[in-house]
Amino acid sequence: MHIKGKAWKFGDNVDTDVIIPARYLNTSDPVELARHCMEDINASFADEVQPGDIIVGGDNFGCGSSREHAPIAIKAAGVSCVIAKSFARIFYRNAINIGLPIFESSEAAEGINEDDQVEVILDKGCICNITTGCKYTAQEFPAFMQNLIAAGGLINYVKSKR
Amino acid sequence: MGMTITEKILAAHAGKSAVRPGELIDVRVDLVLGNDITAPVAIKAFEKIGAERVFDRNKIALVPDHFTPNKDIKAAEQVKIMRRFAEAYGIVNFFEIGCMGIEHTLLPDKGLVVAGDLVIGADSHTCTYGALGAFSTGMGSTDMAAAMATGECWIKVPESMKFICTGRPSRWVSGKDLMLYIIGMIGVDGALYRAMEFTGDAFDYMTMADRFTICNMAIEAGGKNGIIPPDQQTIDYMSGRAKHDFTLYASDNDAVYRSVHNIDVSALEPMVAFPHLPENTRPVSQAGDISIDQAVIGSCTNGRIEDLRIATKVLKGKKVNRKVRLIVIPGTQEIYLQAIREGLAEALVEAGAAFSTPTCGPCLGGHMGILASGERAIATTNRNFVGRMGHPQSEVYLSNPAVAAASAVAGRIVSPDEI
Repeated sequence: MHIKGKAWKFGDNVDTDVIIPARYLNTSDPVELARHCMEDINASFADEVQPGDIIVGGDNFGCGSSREHAPIAIKAAGVSCVIAKSFARIFYRNAINIGLPIFESSEAAEGINEDDQVEVILDKGCICNITTGCKYTAQEFPAFMQNLIAAGGLINYVKSKR
Repeated sequence: MGMTITEKILAAHAGKSAVRPGELIDVRVDLVLGNDITAPVAIKAFEKIGAERVFDRNKIALVPDHFTPNKDIKAAEQVKIMRRFAEAYGIVNFFEIGCMGIEHTLLPDKGLVVAGDLVIGADSHTCTYGALGAFSTGMGSTDMAAAMATGECWIKVPESMKFICTGRPSRWVSGKDLMLYIIGMIGVDGALYRAMEFTGDAFDYMTMADRFTICNMAIEAGGKNGIIPPDQQTIDYMSGRAKHDFTLYASDNDAVYRSVHNIDVSALEPMVAFPHLPENTRPVSQAGDISIDQAVIGSCTNGRIEDLRIATKVLKGKKVNRKVRLIVIPGTQEIYLQAIREGLAEALVEAGAAFSTPTCGPCLGGHMGILASGERAIATTNRNFVGRMGHPQSEVYLSNPAVAAASAVAGRIVSPDEI
């Protein structure tokens, strides 16, 4: 599956408190969470993000709280995938569990600039920066996680095993 | 080749004689927990699985603690989802207002987690229970849902980092200072995906409260779990509390570590983490002139009776600076009651502190002490991210309870020796 969108670039250690501040965690409604996505780090993000857009982060993306509301908010905002140098452990797990595509690639995270047009072949982890013409391949997922992703997340995976 | 304590607990719960770092294993869980933010999302996911019952109604803990007593209608609706689920599925360990506490202070105190257990929780600070010699780690709501249905979850066996802590800490130095020092040393992703094992004779001087604080903040270095090998003090803490049998594990002498770090605890002074990352640490003597508007003593990191005792010791006979709001929040109802019995509550209120029933509240900018733009707080909590305690242009400085109490008196960040 191909996705295409504009890159929104962020730095290292983007924590889940800035992805979705706790003051909005009195709801678990994805639409409402999406309205405040990235609010404390880029106040205009939620208004301007377009379906298909891609978030590009640095090291340790999604660190801090275990709130699944963070990948839920990103997904509900229309973001098609997150590319980062590295992901914090719980965010990594949560994203796969809820079916938000994530890719680890230091080269892509460095080579993609804000507003670049980026195309990603999801099942292959091929990342193409259309603006610069550079191509990258994300780190491959272990076989077990590929099964989880193919099942559409953990809930479907558990259901299929029952 | 030997195994670490973390590897041994994981192997035992995977039904294997040995595991190695990097291996993906399915493990049986002894306890699954969630709170008023994460459990409602897990309950919705659980319903999608279509399970008729939970795997074991005694091995699930639901603790409404983040926004409770409910701060608004939306928060109340979230707890209602938990309460109904607990009733419908006969969840034994649902902790209602009046008998609750901050989850990571409450569950070990109730004896629901013991040495050798494997615990997963939909809260990043689930790593706290490593202080008992258990493997515990934070996950998300979907993992919680799957574990509530199956009693299992998948885990990648982490590499272990060993921190050998030696020497006697000086007067105002606590577990919090040791952990802030370590986070400052290795960074907020210095233990990413790894187990942090803490050993050394410094633990002869570290109370269980200190140990819980240390393991609690393993996540602040990116760690999967923090763990301290159990000793006599651990056994003493568990005796009279433990609701099930415990197993004491220890790392083998030939266990393999990704890295080994030596720390002379006797050389440490109280530490302060500056905004906006827990790794931005400095000794309090080098804090400079930082005025504060608020001081918070509490949270799953430092809301235990020992924390309240030392804060009271610093504050007794003094007054909170008139420019500072001091908020003290005991971790559980039992600690609250103990603080009343010992006269701590009275001394704190007389000093000018607000003294609240248990809640995570201000730690995550939930309620009970939100900061306005441009305001600064010193807090015994665990995170100082942008907007963590309120307005995105506010600041949080992390410290131990003695420094927070002293700073509340001085109106700026100081060592207790300075007041």
